Amino acid sequence: MSKTLKFEEPIVKLREKIVELEEFTANNSVDLSDEIGTLKVRLKNLEEEIYENMEPWDRVQVARHPQRPTTIDYINMLFEDFMQLHGDRAYGDDAAIVGGIASFESVPITVIGHQRGKDTKENVKRNFGMPHPEGYRKALRLMKQAEKFGRPIICFIDTKGAFPGKAAEERGQSEAIARNLVEMAGLTVPVISIVIGEGGSGGALALGVANHIHMLEHSTYSVISPEGAATILWKDSSLAKQAAEAMKITAPHLKEMGIIDAIIPEVRGGAHRDSKAQAISIGNAIRTSLDELGTLDGKGLVDHRYDKFRCIGVFSE
Amino acid sequence: MIRDLFMKNRKKHMTTIPSVDAKNDVPEGIMTKCSECKNIILTKDLIKLMKVCPKCDHHFKMTAAERVACLFDEETFKSIDDHLKTENPLNFPAYTEKVESDARKTGLNEAVLTGTGKIDGVEIAVAIMDAHFRMGSMGSVVGEKITRAIEKATALGIPMIIFSASGGARMQEGVLSLMQMAKTSVALTRHGSEGLLYISVMTYPTTGGVSASFASVGDINIAEPKALIGFAGRRVIEQTVREKLPEDFQTAEFLLDHGQLDAVVHRADMKETLSKIVRLHVKGAN
Repeated sequence: MSKTLKFEEPIVKLREKIVELEEFTANNSVDLSDEIGTLKVRLKNLEEEIYENMEPWDRVQVARHPQRPTTIDYINMLFEDFMQLHGDRAYGDDAAIVGGIASFESVPITVIGHQRGKDTKENVKRNFGMPHPEGYRKALRLMKQAEKFGRPIICFIDTKGAFPGKAAEERGQSEAIARNLVEMAGLTVPVISIVIGEGGSGGALALGVANHIHMLEHSTYSVISPEGAATILWKDSSLAKQAAEAMKITAPHLKEMGIIDAIIPEVRGGAHRDSKAQAISIGNAIRTSLDELGTLDGKGLVDHRYDKFRCIGVFSE
Repeated sequence: MIRDLFMKNRKKHMTTIPSVDAKNDVPEGIMTKCSECKNIILTKDLIKLMKVCPKCDHHFKMTAAERVACLFDEETFKSIDDHLKTENPLNFPAYTEKVESDARKTGLNEAVLTGTGKIDGVEIAVAIMDAHFRMGSMGSVVGEKITRAIEKATALGIPMIIFSASGGARMQEGVLSLMQMAKTSVALTRHGSEGLLYISVMTYPTTGGVSASFASVGDINIAEPKALIGFAGRRVIEQTVREKLPEDFQTAEFLLDHGQLDAVVHRADMKETLSKIVRLHVKGAN
C-alpha cells in the first residue's frame, strides 16, 4: 500500500467506505449495490475533481513521494543492454548519480541521472540523491565519452540539490557544477533532460543544460526548496505551501515562462501509481526529441542550446 | 569674571555648542573603523589604500565604481547596458521598491557594472559585481548584463574579466535566476571556443549560484585575501554535518590549500597581476 498524501485523503476515505460496503454485502443477505453504485460515481467525480485541480503544494508532495519511480526504475523500463559505468577517475564513485551506456529503440545512448533511495538504507547509501563533486565529475566524464562516440545523452533530474557538506566544499562543489554547465553548453551531441522528481537548484541544473528540457507533470524545478524560500523570505519554514505557490516551481508554470520545452503528462495521481504506463509516455517524449534534434549537426546543436538559454530572463530596456 | 571660572556649570559658558546646521555640515563617515582589528582610520586615507586596512590588511567591500577607479587606465572605462531595468516576474511584494531603493543608493541599475576599458593599454571587457546592491544577487538583469559583456568580448576578440561579489541567485525571481547560471555559461563557452581568455576574480562574498557558475570556471581563478567563497552557507553545512567548521573554512586561503584557486592576490597587486596575465595571452600586447 503506497503512502497516502494529505490532499488525497477524501478519495482514500471514500474508497475504504466502498470496500466496507462490498464486504458487508458479501457477508450479509442485504443488497446494497445501489448505494455502492452511487458511491462509485461519487468516487469517480471526486478523483477527477482532486487530481485535475492539484495545487503546487500537492505536486510537491507527489514529486517527493517515497515510491515515486527513480532514474534506475526508468532506465530498466526504457532502455536495453544497460551497463552502469562507475567513478569519476579522480576521487570516487558517487552513488547519488548513476550513469552508463544502453540502447533506446536500438540507438546507442548515454544515460545519466540523480539517484535517490526508496528506503532508509538505500537513501543512506545514495545520500538521499544529493551528489558530491565526484558525482558531477562522473556525469561529465560520461558526457564527454558520449560526445566522442556521437551518442545522444539523456539526463534524468531528481535531486533536492547538491549536498551541502564539508567534504563537498573541500573538493570543489561549486567548480564541479560550474564545469558541467560550461561543458554541457559545448557538447556536439543531442542532450535531453527530463525532470522526473525534484529539480533542486544548481545541483539539478548541473545535468540540465540540454537542447530539450521535459518535465513530468507533477515534478518541480526551482532555485530553492519551498521550505528554504519560506525561511529566507518570511523567516518561517512552515509557510512552505505559500512559497511553493509564489515561487512558480511546477511544470505548468515553467512551461508558461518558456523555461522548459514540454510537459510529460502523468498517470492520474502520480507516476508511482503506474510506473510502466509512465515509462511509456517518457519514451514517447524521448523519441520525439531525438527525431527533432537528429536533424542538427554538432555546431547546430551547440547553437541550438545557446539560443535556448540566451533568451531566458524577464526585464525591460 | 574670576568667580565664573569656578562655577559648577562653567562648561556651559566656555564650550561652543555647534548649531544644528553646523552639525550637518560635518561629512558623515569621515572616519572608518576596521571591522576586523577595530583600527580607526581616516576614510579618505582608506580610499587611497584601495580600502585595505593598513594595520591588518583587511580588504573592505568595494563599490563597482571604486574598482573601476583602481583597475583601468584613466578615463578608458565605458559602461554598457546601464538602461536595463529589473521587472518583478513573480510579483513579489516590495521587490520593485527594494531594487529601486538600492539603485538610488548605489547609482547602478543593477548589482553589476559592465563595460570595456584598458589595463596598461590593452582593451578588456569586464563585469564588476557590487555587493551593496541586493547582496550582489543574480536575477535576470545581472545575468543579461554579464552575458552581453561576454558577448561583446567575443565579438571584439578581447579578454573577459569578471569580479564576483554575490550571495548567489536572487530568490525573488525564482527559477529565472537559476537559469542565468546557464545563460552566462553558454556565453562563456562560446567566448572560450574562440581561444579567448577569461579571468575570474572572486571577492567577498562569492557564494551559491554565482560561485557554482561563471566565478569558478575562469581560465585563471584568483581571489582577494580572506574572501568568502563557497557553494553552501556555513550555517547550512554546520546543521547538515553537525560539526563545528574550521575558522578559515570557505576562505580564499582555504580554497587555495584545496586546489580550487590559482592564486590569492592582494588588492594592491591586482592591477599589475591582471595586466601581466592579459599581456601573456594577448598577441602584440608585450
